[in-house]
Amino acid sequence: MNKTGFVLAALAASLMSTAVYADDINIKIGVLNDRSGLYADLSGEGSVIAARMAVEDFGAAEKGINVEIVSADHQNRPDVASTVARQWYDEEDVDVIVDVPTSSAALAVNELSAERGKVFLVSGAATSDLTGPACNATTIHWTYDTWALANGTGSAMVEQGGDTWFFLTADYAFGHALERDTSAVVEAAGGEVVGTVRHPFPGQDFSSFLLQAQASGASVIGLANAGGDTTNSIMQAAEFGITQAGQALAGLLVFITDVNALGLETAQGLVLTESFYWDLNEGTREWSERFAEELGTGNMPTMVQAGVYSSVLHYLKAVEETGSKDAEEVVAAMKEMPTDDPLFGPGEVRQDGRKIHDLYLFRVKTPEESEGPWDYYETLSTIPAAQAFRPMEDGNCPLVQ
Amino acid sequence: MFELLGITPQALFGQLLLGLINGSFYAMLSLGLAIIFGLLNIINFTHGAQYMLGAFVTWALLHYFGLSYWWALPLAPLIVGASGIVIEKLFISRLYHLDHLYGLLLTFGLALIIQGVLRNNFGISGLPYSIPPQLSGGQNLGFMFLPNYRAWIILVSVIVCFGTWFVIEKTRLGAYLRAATENPTLTGAFGLNVPLMITLTYGFGVALAALAGVLAAPIYSLNPNMGAELIIVVFAVVVIGGMGSILGAIVTGFGLGLVEGLTRVFYPEGSAVVIFVIMAIVLLIKPAGLFGRTA
Repeated sequence: MNKTGFVLAALAASLMSTAVYADDINIKIGVLNDRSGLYADLSGEGSVIAARMAVEDFGAAEKGINVEIVSADHQNRPDVASTVARQWYDEEDVDVIVDVPTSSAALAVNELSAERGKVFLVSGAATSDLTGPACNATTIHWTYDTWALANGTGSAMVEQGGDTWFFLTADYAFGHALERDTSAVVEAAGGEVVGTVRHPFPGQDFSSFLLQAQASGASVIGLANAGGDTTNSIMQAAEFGITQAGQALAGLLVFITDVNALGLETAQGLVLTESFYWDLNEGTREWSERFAEELGTGNMPTMVQAGVYSSVLHYLKAVEETGSKDAEEVVAAMKEMPTDDPLFGPGEVRQDGRKIHDLYLFRVKTPEESEGPWDYYETLSTIPAAQAFRPMEDGNCPLVQ
Repeated sequence: MFELLGITPQALFGQLLLGLINGSFYAMLSLGLAIIFGLLNIINFTHGAQYMLGAFVTWALLHYFGLSYWWALPLAPLIVGASGIVIEKLFISRLYHLDHLYGLLLTFGLALIIQGVLRNNFGISGLPYSIPPQLSGGQNLGFMFLPNYRAWIILVSVIVCFGTWFVIEKTRLGAYLRAATENPTLTGAFGLNVPLMITLTYGFGVALAALAGVLAAPIYSLNPNMGAELIIVVFAVVVIGGMGSILGAIVTGFGLGLVEGLTRVFYPEGSAVVIFVIMAIVLLIKPAGLFGRTA
């Protein structure tokens, strides 16, 4: 009798606990990015804050989803990124890794995520290979990519008459991808690439490379680099009188934090492509002000940080929808459900893992046009989602062939 | 010959000049390091952070006090040099009787702390600082457009390097310093205040780094990591020149700037490693460095 009573009690207890358990899903999100190097301002702690805001805005706790966020610095090195990701996946039960700027690091994490069957939401990295040859069933590339940048800024420059190009390329996966995708756009539009120089990453003095670009006589100098490399290139091009002498600079990947670092005096007139700007509409302004208050450095959010918010939000919606955290199931749901949030507007996730939304072609304002701090961009045009990203059939992604 | 190399003489001269400008920074920074190592036997890993501090103080003087570049030129090295003296008195002076490794760890740790604090407060993207109006614009040399500011860098660097070399090698003060390097105990027995000389030397070495920082502020991205990226190259320069050799530091600084400049034309991908390749070769053939003396 005693024995039976004990068994029954144990059974009841276990039933009760499973009943509670079935409603509660524990999710662990790992924000992996640069927290100390040249991409720390455009991703870094801001991305962690963006992820936290997504969890709060979604109201995860009330919906029975317990979310824990961890973060780490990958120092822009693929080996460090792999080591952290492996530890997170294998030992700390991390379910999803987000952000990961620096394409070489993102490609490493992408491979590992495919092996371990975990979700990878890329916001910071640029290479279009993530939805091309390297695409993976549980990876989603959220904010932008090299093809979209090339298509936006590259086409605009060729339209303005820039038909001969010289590239200053950061010598790693990202720079190579950006150079390749932009060359394709330039050549398709009837332009010509007259030369290219690959500089060490990260660099400081670009005058030597800029002089080579000047000697080439190209009408456009394409900067296939990012962060501090881009700001240094732009500053030094002005110093050496290269822009004044008539050659145009195409900053293929310029973030708002770069414009802030350059100052409007130097940055004015730059044409650039982004998928997010804090001052686009009521929704982006409201979110960005909350973000800036949380961050506390006076910086407004970059598109990378906005992308982290948006991707985590959509991920949590899919977890709620499926009631599961199985990677394949959740990503399938993410691809099925249309995306919508105040930052990027309506959009969708394609079968190859590319998230598509509108892109914007901006021009940096002059100091006179700017009405206050961080009032930097004037919208030149909106590139509709359907045309902004590489068509799925051109990507050579094995998932859609 | 120029046709063989696939480059016009004009372009080559331009690149050599740019190499010389970068060499100016290497020379000034490695000079400070060499002086400090020569007298204190400390490998000053804080040097890069102190260079960066020079640039930040320059920015802060303008931003908070409205003091222009010309004020910063003497003030920033003085302020940062004074902070160096405090560091020497408080920390480094306690390590002289210990192994080199302790000094290295201390100065490396200090550098990380300084960089971390500034990164927390100012972020990493950089702060804007303009070239002073008196030095903006440039000259067309026929083979290239030379910004006036870059010419100014070469000028300041050559004067400072030559002046320092002259003081140390040719004056009475320099003789005291060299004596203190050679045998501190005996020099002290002659009534010279060796600890004071050591403190001031450290302050001077640090001030040199800060001066390089002031020069760099208008042309390089002014961010907390700017020194960390440069200092590794500068260490290689010091090793190639010979640890503690003043002339070695200056000559190798300018020389390696030239070599790096040429690499950027002929094999740009290799420009980040060329100095380290040279370092490896020099260490194999002449372990004490080009101008160093074997103990």
